[in-house]
Amino acid sequence: METSIIASCAIRGHQIFLNGTLRYEAPAAASLTEFLVGAYRHFGLSYPKFFKMDVLCKLAFLTAELLLPATGILDRLDAGGIGVVLANRSSSLLTDLAHQQSIQEADNHFPSPAVFVYTLPNIAIGEISIRHQLSGENTLFVADAYSPDTLQAYVAQLLAEGSCQACLCGWLEAGLTSHETFFYVVESHEPSSTTRRPHHVPALETLYAQPLY
Amino acid sequence: MSTLTEQLKNQIIQELNLVDINPADVNPDAPLFDYDGLGLDSIDALELTVILSKHYGIKVTDPAKMKQAFFSLNTLADFITEHQAAAVAA
Repeated sequence: METSIIASCAIRGHQIFLNGTLRYEAPAAASLTEFLVGAYRHFGLSYPKFFKMDVLCKLAFLTAELLLPATGILDRLDAGGIGVVLANRSSSLLTDLAHQQSIQEADNHFPSPAVFVYTLPNIAIGEISIRHQLSGENTLFVADAYSPDTLQAYVAQLLAEGSCQACLCGWLEAGLTSHETFFYVVESHEPSSTTRRPHHVPALETLYAQPLY
Repeated sequence: MSTLTEQLKNQIIQELNLVDINPADVNPDAPLFDYDGLGLDSIDALELTVILSKHYGIKVTDPAKMKQAFFSLNTLADFITEHQAAAVAA
């Protein structure tokens, strides 16, 4: 079997790229929430729970929402055959801070359950999995920086051992001063003469560095 | 619709981030946990207990007894009114 990167999607600043094409852009003056909600409405999505999600999950949801339908894997593979492997740097820091602030003062102690449920970064994988009914292998790594070596090796192993037939992978970051996503889908397939983008580290480095590539 | 019911509706929509819901479209007798009403889920139920505590000073000690109060906006308003009346009487 061979493995190929069949599609990619990235959010950089207030721009969303799908397979090398700019698909949505918000004005630079827009807040992050305005950008995310603007994209949701621009793409005509209908999933009210989106508005309850924290920023990390909104980023993950939007990226997956554009990427997965563009691959066709939701139609041709069983839900158990699609894995999700993501990584990020700041874990769920923004929501951790929001929760911490809600319990900071003893006489104003109103922790919100709706905030607390997002104080784990892998909830983002849960939101994607619920939305698309995915039940394959899933993992979220917390690392200093985007590491195509780690992701490539881990996902290649999952595909090689048959734990999944395709995998939604990538980098998902929402920090105090910046945010970004870079998701891609890798699928295993029979060797073919068709030109495909190989699931190799150099390809992942290029795609990450150049969303328009 | 009573002032309290209207106030509750706006607090729930705002604090539960129900951005896509038009307050004018919400039937105060419709089930809260049904898409004919506000389409709330289990986490939202916990959030309702926070709203009761934060805005009305009502501590929910037995969530199992809240099923009737959480049925609709009007039953929740009735629960608050009864609780406040009992507190004044005590």
